[in-house]
Amino acid sequence: MIESQGLTKRLGGRVVVEDVSFRCEPGTVTGFLGPNGAGKTTTLRMLCGFSKPDAGHAQILGGDYRALPNPGRRVGILLDASAQHAGRRGREALAITADTIGVDPGRADQLLDIVGLDKEAAKKRVRQYSLGMRQRLGLANALIGQPEVLILDEPANGLDPQGMRWMRGLLRDFADRGGTVLLSSHLLGEVDAIADRLVIIGNGKIAAQGTRDELLSGTGTLVRSADDAALRTALDAGGIAVHPVEDGLIAEAEPAAVGRAALAGGVALTHLAPSEGAGLERLFFELTATAGQEAGA
Amino acid sequence: MSAATIELGGAASADAGRDVRPGLGRLTRVELRKMTDTRAGFWLLLGTGALVALVVLITCLTGDPPDKTFRELFSNGVQAASFLLPILGILLATSEWSQRTGLVTFALVPDRLRVMTAKLLAGLVLAGVALVLCLLVAAIGTIVSAPDVPNQWTLPIGFFGQLVFYTAVGMITGVAFGAAFLASAPAIVASFLLPIAFGALGEINALDKTFDWLDTGRTLTDLADHLASATEWGRVGTSLALWMLLPLAIGFWRIVRSEIR
Repeated sequence: MIESQGLTKRLGGRVVVEDVSFRCEPGTVTGFLGPNGAGKTTTLRMLCGFSKPDAGHAQILGGDYRALPNPGRRVGILLDASAQHAGRRGREALAITADTIGVDPGRADQLLDIVGLDKEAAKKRVRQYSLGMRQRLGLANALIGQPEVLILDEPANGLDPQGMRWMRGLLRDFADRGGTVLLSSHLLGEVDAIADRLVIIGNGKIAAQGTRDELLSGTGTLVRSADDAALRTALDAGGIAVHPVEDGLIAEAEPAAVGRAALAGGVALTHLAPSEGAGLERLFFELTATAGQEAGA
Repeated sequence: MSAATIELGGAASADAGRDVRPGLGRLTRVELRKMTDTRAGFWLLLGTGALVALVVLITCLTGDPPDKTFRELFSNGVQAASFLLPILGILLATSEWSQRTGLVTFALVPDRLRVMTAKLLAGLVLAGVALVLCLLVAAIGTIVSAPDVPNQWTLPIGFFGQLVFYTAVGMITGVAFGAAFLASAPAIVASFLLPIAFGALGEINALDKTFDWLDTGRTLTDLADHLASATEWGRVGTSLALWMLLPLAIGFWRIVRSEIR
């Protein structure tokens, strides 16, 4: 279990994380979503005791992370896949963690196998690793102590599509066995497919959180037609607000109401359904828009 | 597949060992391993050994008979080892920052002073290994050169103790400089240049007396040369407070307070 209660962090006079509260329950995968610079890493660093919050507190498994006697056996952490000694061999990096937390060093070989690093890769020095290989090594390092909780910062960075699918399966299994997973990402697509719950952060503040369905309820209907201009007129006439998206229109109403308005306007629809992904994407951009503008400026 | 996936955790495991705090002995062993499993560490250790052998060899080839006693060869070897040992100490401390392994190390052991204590202990173990090597090389040198002087094998226990102390403080000073700078290059440069610059200041007549108490270049040389008097030990103490304890205190304070990135 992970609990963030009002975590706040100021760096150089600027508030980078403000009053961030959320909970991650056992058996679930939580996606911590936000654009770059939104405060995701800072929040994760506070959860793991690397950074002292200016206000609020973090609890892992019911207590302070730093109070865990042997945290590597309870919590698996991957904050930065590049944070490994460049001159150390991959297997050796894992063996050191195994040695530190007191697990069988043979687990290093099992883990390398599981994360898909072969014998040759295990013998290479980390300097020669691609980012994807470092992520796999970092994941192996997080899992070596058979933890109950996983905290992963941008674990999908550098993974190819197969690698991402493999990781999704691995994290899903971990959660299904009762584990708690918190992973961050700046890409909606990465977490949307795996997370049971989403915590969306923008500009250091929680913009929204909940299950996918909760976040999507009331986000509208994706509707397409042969003639979108006519459809817009019809929906306007029905008093339904619309936003154009790439492949159609999002109407801020239930599908039934949208269908009636289209029928009244005599427009033939080619698609009518709750907005799902398109709605989630729009929600993500809306909630984090201010942060994006600042980053772009 | 299931056998492999169960290994990965998720569910709370019943392993009794999982809530046992890693002991200081274990952490020290891990630090020693980290010091030797990279190329930089390996070559530095090898280089230290080679330097000791080289210095003793040169003394055997070119020295006068009184220089070739076991005591003198051992002292020369220790001084050669103490040239590179502080760099090992520096790297022990700084690699967590320069290589960013601190993100793993301090995640596994959140008590940072515990990690630093293990690093100090690991440094002392390496210093011990270096001493044993110096004893061996000096013994071989004494046998081979067989100087025609009385008591060629005499090594007073007090003097031996001083050389052990000399080696140990060199190593601890290295860790202290590494901790104070938290970056390898500046720490190494400072550990060589600062004492030299400081020593040069001591050439000023008005400062000469004071520097007898503050310049480790003077005070520690006594330790490697002869059995030190009480006053000389006092000077060793005050100079080490400045060059070893102060950077160590600054370093540990920084490490406890700093954000690990």
